[in-house]
Amino acid sequence: MPAREGTYGLLAEFDTPSDLVRAAQQARNDGWRRMDCYTPYPVEEAAEAIGFHRNKVPLITLIGGLMGLSAMFAMEVWVSVLAYPLNIGGRPLYSWPAFIVPAYEWTILFAGLSAAFGMLALNGLPALYHPLFNAPNFRDGATTDKFFLCLEALDPKFDLVEAKKYLQSFQPISVVEVEY
Amino acid sequence: MTPTELKENTRLDPATGEYRVIAPGQTFKSVTEKIVRIVLTPTTPLGWFALFGVAGAVATVLLAAMTWLFLVGVGIWGITQPVAWGFAIINFVWWIGIGHAGTLISAILLLFKQSWRNSINRFAEAMTIFAVVCAGMFPLIHVGRPWLAYWMLPYPNTMTVWPQFRSPLLWDVFAVSTYATISVVFWFIGMVPDFGTMRDRSQNKVAQYLYGLLSLGWRGSVRHWARYETASLLLAGLATPLVLSVHTVISFDFAVAVLPGWHTTIFPPYFVAGAIYSGFAMVLTLAIPLRKFYHLEGLVTERHIDNMGKVMLATGFIVAYGYGMEVFMAWYSASHWESFMMWNRMFGPMGWAYWVLITCNLAIPLTTLWSRKLRTSMPFMFFISIVVNTGMWFERFVIVVTSLYRDFLPSAWGTYRATKWDYMTYVGTLGLFTALFLLFVRFLPMIPMSEIRMMLPGAKIGPKITPKTTAKAGD
Repeated sequence: MPAREGTYGLLAEFDTPSDLVRAAQQARNDGWRRMDCYTPYPVEEAAEAIGFHRNKVPLITLIGGLMGLSAMFAMEVWVSVLAYPLNIGGRPLYSWPAFIVPAYEWTILFAGLSAAFGMLALNGLPALYHPLFNAPNFRDGATTDKFFLCLEALDPKFDLVEAKKYLQSFQPISVVEVEY
Repeated sequence: MTPTELKENTRLDPATGEYRVIAPGQTFKSVTEKIVRIVLTPTTPLGWFALFGVAGAVATVLLAAMTWLFLVGVGIWGITQPVAWGFAIINFVWWIGIGHAGTLISAILLLFKQSWRNSINRFAEAMTIFAVVCAGMFPLIHVGRPWLAYWMLPYPNTMTVWPQFRSPLLWDVFAVSTYATISVVFWFIGMVPDFGTMRDRSQNKVAQYLYGLLSLGWRGSVRHWARYETASLLLAGLATPLVLSVHTVISFDFAVAVLPGWHTTIFPPYFVAGAIYSGFAMVLTLAIPLRKFYHLEGLVTERHIDNMGKVMLATGFIVAYGYGMEVFMAWYSASHWESFMMWNRMFGPMGWAYWVLITCNLAIPLTTLWSRKLRTSMPFMFFISIVVNTGMWFERFVIVVTSLYRDFLPSAWGTYRATKWDYMTYVGTLGLFTALFLLFVRFLPMIPMSEIRMMLPGAKIGPKITPKTTAKAGD
């Protein structure tokens, strides 16, 4: 069920990544902020053009890794020293060098899962509905060979007629209005 | 110029003289169509059905062997004293080693920015996962009462018993389970954008629905892509030390024991190199028929086969160094037990296995892989891949069996003879692996489309400003 009514934004379709990057760069320079580009493969220049430089995935991964490390090491120490002490070849109960390997594995396990699921969460995925899928040409090209720039209606500069004219000035293949 | 020479020339990159990574003339659309059509075709090729039928029949053998094993116990196998680790452990190490090449291709070569790997990385990863499925089964069924295998995990139980964290066998539990989990996650995350493409290209409602679910609603926003690229790079950076640790930990299972033939410090690097060696062989075994059958010669080119041959040459020499060091240490250690073990390994009753391994792993591949002509000959590379896989299986056989069956006291010596159940289990996993791989090829995009698009000439971003009249209509 759509949460809003009306226009989500205006979607311009381009044939090449260069055209998209140029248009996105220009729009950013002209003061547009609520916009996004959609490409069939990662186009770093387009992300730079709309002012998206950093993300929090590395931080989440680091936190996950440290959690895995400390959780496993703490469990190993607790099990071997307190819960179930065993004399193995006369080694000390707190034989930390032997505990490194499982702790290392869990560091990687937690960090990897944090990287993958953290990325999905930051991206707001899974999201099976999105207004863009209503655009008639979006699904035809966005995941294959076309490059899209969407100016969103939430931007204070947004005015349906003016914005449409503005996008036309980049000579895209088409500009369509996207409904919620 | 003869027509063949002309044809040959277009496949070579004039700048480097190397074979091209992607054949010329491919566009975003043609690449997508080529890969998507394999999956979204309404007609499955008859050859696929034939192969799947054979693989499924062979996998049934595994089912039979497993059923009997569960009913009767591990006594149906050839394992006994002193060889308590028979086929199950040989196959475990062999399969998991094969899996390692997939991670090497998807993670380590990504970190080294070897973009040629893009075409082969998806099915190499799939190979990893199915190899780990086959590998993971063996220790579980080898414990004797597989329904109690969860006792290996640390969990609070009414017996108040906890695992023993100083044992390499327990380290294995964590190494292999982490490896399986991270491999699946890496593989799935890699496929999400391609599932988006499949959702958008399919005409069929059911396919749209299923690929739509799998794609998690991927829409290709560049913000999403940026985080996605960071996550992929981080996963690659994490998978690299992981894959090295997995075979290292497996080699600890052997190296920590005091048995001559196992108790050596060379084991970790030698196991890892051997794993990559056999894994690349398996990638070739799969890639060469696949590119032919699905006409993917434009995407999986001679360059890929050539490069994989080079990696095999390098890892083959590390393995050769390992074999040499074992012989050298048997002499240099001046240990009676070590030198007897080596003599027995080479000339004892099972000496033939050692010479099979030397022939398959060293004599044939390391003399021929120097030639580029041979490295780019498909029949020859397919042959080499089978030879190396055989050789690497015998390597594990030699390590496990010939070290165990004659240890210190002659009164404790024995022998090892695999039973039909051992062979059925092993052959059955080959069927299971092939069947899973065929399902993957049929239902999932086997070449990462988004990564191939990045390498196409159309992906080049042109010079920053070409003076276009960009009227500020928005102001």
